Amino acid sequence: MPHAVPYRPLNGHARGFWLVLGLLGLAIAGGLGAAHLMHHEGHIITGMTNQVVWGLPHVFAVFLIVAASGALNVASIGAVFERPLYKPLARLSALLAMALLIGGLSVLVLDLGRPDRLTVAMTHYNFKSIFAWNIFLYTGFLVLVGAYLWAMIDRAGARVYKPAAYGAFVWRLVLTTGTGAIFGFLVARQAYDAAILAPLFIAMSLVYGKAIFVLFLMAVCRASGRPLGGVVLRRLQRLMGIVLGAMLYFVAVHHLTNLYASEHHGIEAFLLRDGGPLTTLFWGGHVLLGGLVPLYLLLAPRLGGNRRALSAAAVLLILGGLTQVYGLIIGGQSAPLVLFPGFEVSSAFADGVVASYVPSPWEVLLGLAGVAIGLVVAVVGCAALPILPADLSDAAIDPDHVADTLDEQDGALAGTT
Amino acid sequence: MSQPARRDVLKSLALGGGLTLIVGPVAHALAPRPPGQPADPATRWALLVDTRACKVDCAACVDACNREMGLKQPTDPDFDPAHDAQYIRKVTLRDPDTGHTTAPPVMCQHCAKPPCVDVCPTGASMQRADHIVQVDKHLCIGCRYCMMACPYKARSFVHQDLTDQKPHNPRGKGCVESCNLCVHRIDRGEPPACVAACQRDGGGAMVFGDLADPNSDLNRRLAEAGGHRIRADLGLDTGVYYQGL
Amino acid sequence: MSAWPQRRRPALALAALLLALALALPVLATPAAAAELFPQVPAAAPGTECLAPPGEMRRTHMDRLTHRRTEAVRAGIRQPAESLTRCLSCHAVTDTHGQVVTAEDPRHFCRECHDFAAVTVDCFSCHASRPEDAPR
Ligand code: HEC
Ligand code: HEC
Ligand code: HEC
Repeated sequence: MPHAVPYRPLNGHARGFWLVLGLLGLAIAGGLGAAHLMHHEGHIITGMTNQVVWGLPHVFAVFLIVAASGALNVASIGAVFERPLYKPLARLSALLAMALLIGGLSVLVLDLGRPDRLTVAMTHYNFKSIFAWNIFLYTGFLVLVGAYLWAMIDRAGARVYKPAAYGAFVWRLVLTTGTGAIFGFLVARQAYDAAILAPLFIAMSLVYGKAIFVLFLMAVCRASGRPLGGVVLRRLQRLMGIVLGAMLYFVAVHHLTNLYASEHHGIEAFLLRDGGPLTTLFWGGHVLLGGLVPLYLLLAPRLGGNRRALSAAAVLLILGGLTQVYGLIIGGQSAPLVLFPGFEVSSAFADGVVASYVPSPWEVLLGLAGVAIGLVVAVVGCAALPILPADLSDAAIDPDHVADTLDEQDGALAGTT
Repeated sequence: MSQPARRDVLKSLALGGGLTLIVGPVAHALAPRPPGQPADPATRWALLVDTRACKVDCAACVDACNREMGLKQPTDPDFDPAHDAQYIRKVTLRDPDTGHTTAPPVMCQHCAKPPCVDVCPTGASMQRADHIVQVDKHLCIGCRYCMMACPYKARSFVHQDLTDQKPHNPRGKGCVESCNLCVHRIDRGEPPACVAACQRDGGGAMVFGDLADPNSDLNRRLAEAGGHRIRADLGLDTGVYYQGL
Repeated sequence: MSAWPQRRRPALALAALLLALALALPVLATPAAAAELFPQVPAAAPGTECLAPPGEMRRTHMDRLTHRRTEAVRAGIRQPAESLTRCLSCHAVTDTHGQVVTAEDPRHFCRECHDFAAVTVDCFSCHASRPEDAPR
């Protein structure tokens, strides 16, 4: 049985609360303004072209959507894998998952060429399209996680607790696979033509989702004066380290298998060696700052339980994650499509040349607004509902000191999720 | 889809001893379709480009397409290569070993299994019964997933407001568009503008015809000299053939 | 409690309505008021007939157009006589210089009623809003 942890909502009258909401509101207003301008003037004012058709908004959207399913992981560990230590955090985990998904979807919708035709998208479905499937996956995710959250908060929902928890767990794996499949189905683009994208996306989701979860948890506990003990943090730190290791492993396998198949040599040479800024982002941003450094911060024994190391790692992972998705989306489009293997090609339509892409300020504003929308949902949710435990000190959540004995089992656990 | 594959058509051609009687779909010559009659599913409109007859510096097809569809010409001073639509383009190919250079036109390849149609969430990307692939712009929400999916870079996105569009080619901001083989002309019984221009002003390199009609000029030429399809390895069964590549 | 029996109330309301209408009628009948209440639809090309009686066209033109466009684009069924371009050639409106106006102009046939009824249609962001051979 989990301990009965008392929950205490954020104080909706605090000045800091309104300050944060005000700042986020500004960010959202900026993004909406940018989106409005984009639709009035057309996408001509963005950095996107007929060669790079998905730009920074998609980077943010995919990052947030992928992170959403990973943010649910803490709740899944608590409910599906019966780890009582995580149970007090399950509500926040579920709320953040919904919030991030809403933020990501908003960006996606606001970037459409014809957002005014959203009703068309809701009334005309092409069931062969993985995009259309994703619309169902996303709404289903919101419904299931919502039910799960309700079951945790309201006694009346206790009956649906288990089914909702399991349903949400399975659904989020499918959802991440579905998001990965958006790229996996693009047979023509050499960068995406790899089966390993599906597990890679799941590993990415765990890393980004956990990083955002930890950062949000630490920030909100600090801001609202809630004790946050080392036990929980240390375990989250290790878990993050392990999933990050898994993700880097998949990244390595992805590129190594591509290097093995000679038809992919061109794209790999481009991404890893000749891609200019993209290559720099890959090695410097994604691998070093977003991979190896946080790996050290998370797993070095002498940094275990070090809050600075943990929060620094989380920040680096978020930035590194954005870099990684940028490389995947922009890199995959910048590399020239091979229509005529073996020929030197040129044309008025950029055949045979690397497409350049420079994001416009509008796209940056729109992407940040997506983050802000997610955060507003999370912050308001924390104020309106009993989401946050009143006390997360070691004494409160682990009175029997079970944490130490469970540490070993964590490794195996991370391997299965 | 009871579309006879090209191989089978060729096989039956060989079996039938050249151009003799073949039992199968009736011949579909290019003729105006009477009002009220839908596109014919027994037809597969297709193109053949003989690159040996296609001069490297000739752009009659591109020129005609842009004029027919109301697009800017790449030679226009205000032409913006990153954003302006190009339904058809000449791709200059140089063989690094021999130095031999050709410049075939590349446009929507009108796949029998079009990836753009598969990925489109609303069904705006569509294949007409006569196998023309096009965008139903009334349903297009501008997500550009089709552009990501197209192996041929055949599609363009309209990046800004337009004025003075051609009545037969409505196009506007926020939607994706591409070569539709000039459906409006085909339905009137005329070949696509690029083909007409190539026959008239160019080298006569382009042939338009019905791939499902064994007696079409297009099929006769293919049976004689064979044809190459771009990225045939992807298995999309494209409807544009090239000779002399 | 009301002084009037319940079932009399509808009859009473009807009577009041009729009275109000009778009082308002002379005002409504002035041309100025009518112009504000009903849009001034520009006349079609003289000597022609619409696809259906005008009253029916007013009610059904949107469904006709939607049906037509689906048939034309998706099934390839052409009906030149019912096409949008044909509507615009019969319903072309010329300005004082004899130029056919585009949908930019509030006098355009498709705009008179729509502006009045606060309906916006996006058709003319793509479709030419006047015949191609119109003087420009
Ligand atoms: C052959 C010419 C012709 C064509 C084509 C035509 N119309 Fe008409 N339309 C008329 C005439 C004549 C009237 C009667 C009113 C008038 O004389 O102005 C009319 C009336 C109308 C009205 C009612 C206007 C009112 O007075 O309230 C509407 C709405 C309308 N048409 C819409 C359309 C649409 C939409 C199309 C295309 C699908 C179309 N018309 C095609 C000739 C035409
Ligand atoms: C006689 C007045 C009148 C004229 C003329 C007219 N319309 Fe309309 N139209 C209306 C009204 C009123 C509506 C709104 C109907 C409703 O909301 O149910 C409407 C609605 C529409 C709609 C559906 C809009 C929506 O959002 O559902 C379309 C499309 C349309 N009109 C096209 C046209 C076109 C094209 C023309 C010119 C050829 C035209 N109309 C001329 C009165 C008119
Ligand atoms: C994004 C661009 C776009 C918009 C917006 C658009 N259309 Fe179209 N429409 C097209 C294209 C492209 C065709 C196909 C033309 C062809 O094949 O001849 C078409 C064809 C049609 C046709 C059939 C051809 C004809 O004239 O009979 C009709 C009717 C039509 N549209 C009506 C409408 C109406 C009504 C609206 C507004 C509610 C509208 N369209 C908005 C692009 C557009």
